[in-house]
Amino acid sequence: MKKEELIRNFCIIAHIDHGKSTLADRLIEKTGVMTLREMSDQVLDTMDLERERGITIKAQAVRMPYKAQDGNTYVLNLIDTPGHVDFSYEVSRALAACDGAVLVVDASQGIEAQTLANVYMALEHDLEIIPVINKIDLPSAQPDFVKKEIEDVIGLDASEAPLVSAKTGLNVEDVLEAVVKLVPPPKGEESAPLRALIFDSVYDNYKGALSFVRIVDGKVSVGDRIRMMSSGAEFDVTEVGYFRPGQLLPVGELTTGEVGYIGASIKEVADTRVGDTITAVANPAAEMLPGYKQVQPMVFCGIYPADGSDYENLRDALEKLKLNDASLSFEPETSVALGFGFRTGFLGLLHMEVIQERLEREFDLDLITTAPSVVYHVVKTDGTELSIDNPTNLPDPADINYMEEPMVSAQVLAPSDYVGAIMELCQQKRGVYIDMKYIEAGRVQIHYEMPLNEIIYDFFDALKSRTRGYASFDYELNGYARSELVKLDILLNGEICDALSIIVHKERAYPRGRAIAEKLKEVIPRQLFEIPIQAAVGGKIIARETVKAMRKDVLAKCYGGDITRKKKLLEKQKEGKKRMRTLGSVQLPSEAFIAVLKAD
Amino acid sequence: MMLYIHIPFCLRKCAYCDFVSFAGRQEEMPRYVDALIAEMDRRPSAEAVTSVFLGGGTPSLLPAPQLARLLRAARQRYDFSPRCEITAEANPGAVTPQWLEAAASGGVNRLSIGVQACQPELLRAVGRPHDFAAAQEAFALARAAGIENLSADLMYALPGQTLRMWEESLRAVLALSPWHLSLYALTLAPGTPFYDLDARGLLPRPDEEEEFAMQEAAQRILPAHGLFRYEVSNYAKPGCACRHNVGYWTRRSYIGLGCAAHSLVGNVRRANASDLDAYLAGAPAAEQETLAPQDAAFEELMLGLRMTEGIRLSARAWSLFSPGIAHFCQRGLMCARGRRVWLTARGMDVMNAVLAELMP
Repeated sequence: MKKEELIRNFCIIAHIDHGKSTLADRLIEKTGVMTLREMSDQVLDTMDLERERGITIKAQAVRMPYKAQDGNTYVLNLIDTPGHVDFSYEVSRALAACDGAVLVVDASQGIEAQTLANVYMALEHDLEIIPVINKIDLPSAQPDFVKKEIEDVIGLDASEAPLVSAKTGLNVEDVLEAVVKLVPPPKGEESAPLRALIFDSVYDNYKGALSFVRIVDGKVSVGDRIRMMSSGAEFDVTEVGYFRPGQLLPVGELTTGEVGYIGASIKEVADTRVGDTITAVANPAAEMLPGYKQVQPMVFCGIYPADGSDYENLRDALEKLKLNDASLSFEPETSVALGFGFRTGFLGLLHMEVIQERLEREFDLDLITTAPSVVYHVVKTDGTELSIDNPTNLPDPADINYMEEPMVSAQVLAPSDYVGAIMELCQQKRGVYIDMKYIEAGRVQIHYEMPLNEIIYDFFDALKSRTRGYASFDYELNGYARSELVKLDILLNGEICDALSIIVHKERAYPRGRAIAEKLKEVIPRQLFEIPIQAAVGGKIIARETVKAMRKDVLAKCYGGDITRKKKLLEKQKEGKKRMRTLGSVQLPSEAFIAVLKAD
Repeated sequence: MMLYIHIPFCLRKCAYCDFVSFAGRQEEMPRYVDALIAEMDRRPSAEAVTSVFLGGGTPSLLPAPQLARLLRAARQRYDFSPRCEITAEANPGAVTPQWLEAAASGGVNRLSIGVQACQPELLRAVGRPHDFAAAQEAFALARAAGIENLSADLMYALPGQTLRMWEESLRAVLALSPWHLSLYALTLAPGTPFYDLDARGLLPRPDEEEEFAMQEAAQRILPAHGLFRYEVSNYAKPGCACRHNVGYWTRRSYIGLGCAAHSLVGNVRRANASDLDAYLAGAPAAEQETLAPQDAAFEELMLGLRMTEGIRLSARAWSLFSPGIAHFCQRGLMCARGRRVWLTARGMDVMNAVLAELMP
């Protein structure tokens, strides 16, 4: 039997919380790669943040030997895919590295929006899909009902679907057997020139950027000179190996159909981009593997150190994160209100939150972030076109012919009781209704076309609260559409505060302006002088609030014994002021910048 | 040079007070006077003493013989100038003819009487162990003992106090014809019962606007009775400003004697031990700090600006702060003529914010 015949490359796809990571852990444990004792829970999600949020941010892989019931020992490569729409390109490359997918569906929750999105993506990559029904140990489990749902909604035969409990380990072997039987072995030409698909890359402090690859054709060994086909950059291979849970196992070579990593003293992950094809310089392939694209950041915001003296530290921290995250982009920017900082681009909102949290936690930085913005297309009256990711850079309205904003196709799955609430919310967010399907009695899938800029603020929170957490939501980008957009400025004491400007739809400018002004009135402390807060569109004031001047701020007593103590009080007051941003004569606390996000 | 003598004994602690004072340790007063006299011996001065202030605590709790002994000892050890102002704080209900007699013959020529309010329910709420009749009596007894220069303390922005009640207290105390009034807005100090209640939202007190209205009422009513504001919280008949306190605000040197008493000699600030047993045992200064020139210069502003007439700054303070001062002059919060600077009425209301900006 050819070596490839005994290889199975697969992934697990699931809606968040349906037990993907737990099942992965159980498979690893069953195949004996790790003893129970060596495993801390969910070995594949290695970042703290991943565990806390129950999501996978970086793809991981693990190689498991498995002696099947047919007597053969197989190599099972499990590639764990990122679990969020922000990382959909990474997901697509990880899927491209697989030949089959285990679809985990919660026995009591059934199919959710992400389940469908994942299935469609797996089908696009021609993966063999193996449905698995999880959590059958729960009292609320309805496996037969869920099987029928899988057959009705997705059109997969679920009659043979393993019924498992990843938590207790019940029937987990059935999953391994199904993988061996149903996932096709890898195809590929061992004698052909090397083509390795990069499905992820990770930065290692000692080895540099490592490429995680599936060898599609040919083989690669230590000492080979390789070339990244998209950039032409060449490197000498210093190490190749397999994945063990939580560690790397160097071997001499990787051959056709195998999954492993290549180390070649690459400085940063940006030089080994996900989706690129690695070939050998000595015998190069003629064509790249299909599907490579350089992902573009979708959401931008300004990130500023709360303490201006941390600017260099912030730059260092961003550079370190970028070593391991090719989709993070940043460049210096300055704001009148916030001083020196960085315009930072992200794949999506989750990516943005994760980066902000990592900066604060891992690098101990105190940050002020401006409202996130999407990338707008501006066509000026003179015919020139611009891409704008910072409201401050929007040209004068008189010079704008028209603008376009990015749209998404959004799918909401929820119990039918909430249809009214969901539609109201989507409508309010400028959604255009496309259609609605009853997946089964009592559950609907609602499809809306929406502007991305409406969902980057608080759409998901609002959806959760209106449906008591029952709705699930997924979206994909769906091009640009012409839109009546305006820049909403906030003026404090008559001066525009650049860091508070946002781009909004014309119709939403008035309510948003008013909400922001009200929120700012709450968070800006009384100061020596009255502070008018105004929201303006193109020089026209659309809302006004006033922070009244402080009435009394004076020590009642200050006698001999008080003086030292009162001096300390004043020092504290001064320190408090120092932590605020000064705009003209107005002191702004950092909450003011959050107000723009939360006001609605 | 001035003397401050701290008498840290009280019948009980008031709910707002964060001064160092002890309830229920009155039996230690004779030993305490011994310790005060011992401290005078350790801290001599040849300079003429122009003001003495007996503060507390409750100096009127000191038994008359102890008070007499204390004043005698001070006079023997320091050079009291002939027109020395000697003030003692006294609480209504705790002043007796004997005590006043001892005070007057020991040279006390000014009393500061803690009236606080005229409504019994308010006095109870803040934990004061007396009523307004006791205040009236204290005024009468003091005058009978020959002490004419009388000041009263009142508090505003108290929990449960209305503007009407405040005006009533002002008029009631004006009827006693004091030469001087100190009007203190309630300050919540950490460690006091009021502070804790307020933190739990259980202290229903007037808001910033109401407090401001109370201050305005005082500024409207008092001048009609010949009392003029000369400091943030102090009003006096012309020529009757408290010399001792003006000394603090103009940074005159003072020796503070007693438990937790503070001193300023030149640019050295010191604080005595605030533990009564440690003080009684003769503990040396708990803290001592030589002010850096720029800190001393800031104190000139911080203290001098408390007075309506402001302060004539030293050349150093002027060169440090004149840009900031010019800024506030432009904004109508301050005035300057030569090196004399003062706050406008509005500036005085928001003095902390002004100082926090001027602070180096």
